[in-house]
Amino acid sequence: MLYREVGDFKTSYRADQQTFAIGSERILFWSFLLAAFLVVPFFINDYWEKSVLVPFLVWSMAALGLNILTGYCGQLSLGTGGFMAVGAYAAYKLMTGFPELNILIVIVLSGGVTAMVGVMFGLPSLRIKGFYLAVATLAAQFFLVWVFNKFPWFYNYSASGQITAPERTILGVAVTGPNSPPWATYLVCLTIVVLFAFIARNLARGRIGRSWMAIRDMDIAAEIIGVEPLKAKLSAFAVSSFYVGIAGAMYFTIWFGAVEPTEAFGINQSFRVLFMVIIGGLGSIFGSFAGAAFLTLLPVLLKNLMVGQLGWATDLAAHFEIMLVGALIIFFLIVEPHGLAQLWRIAKEKLRLWPFPH
Amino acid sequence: MSPAFLYFLETVLNGLMAGIMYSLVALGFVLIFKASGIFNFAQGVMALFAALTLVGLQTGQVPFSHLINAVFGTQIHHWGSGLHAIVAIGGTMAIMVAMAFVIERYVLKYLVNQEPIILFMATIGLAYFLEGLGDLMWGSDVKALDVGVPTGGSFWWEDVTREWAVEGSDYFGMYIDKLDVTATIVALALVIALSVFSQYTKMGRALRAVADDHQAALSVGISLRTIWIIVWSISGFVALVAGIMWGAKSGVQFSLSLIALKALPVLILGGFTSIPGAIVGGLIIGVGEKLAELYIGPLVGGAIENWFAYMLALAFLLFRPQGLFGEKIIERV
Repeated sequence: MLYREVGDFKTSYRADQQTFAIGSERILFWSFLLAAFLVVPFFINDYWEKSVLVPFLVWSMAALGLNILTGYCGQLSLGTGGFMAVGAYAAYKLMTGFPELNILIVIVLSGGVTAMVGVMFGLPSLRIKGFYLAVATLAAQFFLVWVFNKFPWFYNYSASGQITAPERTILGVAVTGPNSPPWATYLVCLTIVVLFAFIARNLARGRIGRSWMAIRDMDIAAEIIGVEPLKAKLSAFAVSSFYVGIAGAMYFTIWFGAVEPTEAFGINQSFRVLFMVIIGGLGSIFGSFAGAAFLTLLPVLLKNLMVGQLGWATDLAAHFEIMLVGALIIFFLIVEPHGLAQLWRIAKEKLRLWPFPH
Repeated sequence: MSPAFLYFLETVLNGLMAGIMYSLVALGFVLIFKASGIFNFAQGVMALFAALTLVGLQTGQVPFSHLINAVFGTQIHHWGSGLHAIVAIGGTMAIMVAMAFVIERYVLKYLVNQEPIILFMATIGLAYFLEGLGDLMWGSDVKALDVGVPTGGSFWWEDVTREWAVEGSDYFGMYIDKLDVTATIVALALVIALSVFSQYTKMGRALRAVADDHQAALSVGISLRTIWIIVWSISGFVALVAGIMWGAKSGVQFSLSLIALKALPVLILGGFTSIPGAIVGGLIIGVGEKLAELYIGPLVGGAIENWFAYMLALAFLLFRPQGLFGEKIIERV
């Protein structure tokens, strides 16, 4: 039977609480994951890797991070671009400082560095709330980008001010630098993202996630029932920045290979990630992926359509694209303010009851 | 007076006037936030859009000419010699009012009672849309805006201040841009006009009622939708003024929309809900920024204007979380 609980008997608390409660959902999820790991690598080419799949995975990671902070803990942040820059520069310094270090360890460590910076910039959240906090996080954004532009130590005194990722290998296969095969970079990104999505899901439904949600729903009430705002807010900032830092490290080392801070980690990136989180759905792991997919695929699609099919000039297409993205964002907010995740939930609910809607 | 002191004075004066320019943008934010609780990120892009439209009307460009040319293969660009500045300003204002109508009718109406973050996101979407629309309508090249606002340094003031310096010092007088002085006068006039409007007219009273309490205002028969259209029109007008001033200062181009980012620290410093706060916040930020650039900048390698304003505002916020003039935030369980 398609998509029914019928016959799916739960005999333990664990089984009752699992993320995918319905049998066909589990099958769908696992076959999707298997396809992603075992089928896609054989068909991936350079174009799909560089402009669709790796960008999608990197942005998903960043969106996961921001969703932890904004969606689960309710702290609006506009500093994502700055934190991604921290991740990227930490990865660069670690890669050039310790050439023997495995790239995976480098990426995780740069997440750790970002977490520390994130906690520092999260401190004002204990006193400032709402939009005041959002504007305060912009301070982090501008300050961090300025730091990476200003102090040559961060970019190893290179003349161009750019940072370039040296080639690093995993099991003998290059995953960074220009010689890396598409399937390798894709698999590394996919593994990292799947692993951390799993961790995020379990953090969010555990004790710490519940304390975040209590703070989000009403921080004073949460404080009264015994949730420490200091711990909850700062841990949210730390975990969120950790994820965003990893996204920044992947963005630099695996996706682009060479970046310079002003453009690559500007305020626009902060907004882009925030859009993904809002369009995907606040407080939803699936939503982070859906939002990232939507905002990664849409520009590629529009560009192919307008430049490739209609033959417009690229600048004209760019203006049209930004206008259309803006309009679509408004449209989605009007149709479903709780994002694609909510649409998905409604669709599943309808499907479960079909063909008897009452 | 010693030259060093005069330099200091010059910096402060220029900072004050730069601050007024920030306040012009911040005013639009405050108006909308007060009346509808919406944090309107599109304010900066509205200023850009207004300035683009003004230049377009003034020089007689055909709107969407690039798009039309691309689709139909034509070669149109101008429809005539353009309009007089006053007519063009009137026309732009009409377009801004029409825009307020459209925004209310097609966006805000559907988003009533949503969470603030959703409304904030909608205004960012609006900002993207307007940015694309402005470029699509009028082209993305840098344009000069000239509606007769005086620009350039004031020689008279230079002569006056040169006499203040001690005999024999090589001080050449203070530099003050006439445009900045005009902007200050315009901003003052704007604030006075806005306060008169909100204090002494029926409409203004309705606006204040809505700002105080939406539901109470609704229950005594004030139409929220009309009020929103009016508020967005007024902030469209403020955006137009800001667009003219900033456009005359640095040309009409994409970077004009980034002045919104300059206005944000002003906003949190002064408080989201206070018009005088926007002015005072602007002054503090303007002076702080200029002084920091002069005295702190060289110590850390310069170019600190990007973030200094935010840090300054953040420092203030740690002591007063609702901004200097904002309403006290009272929270209940």
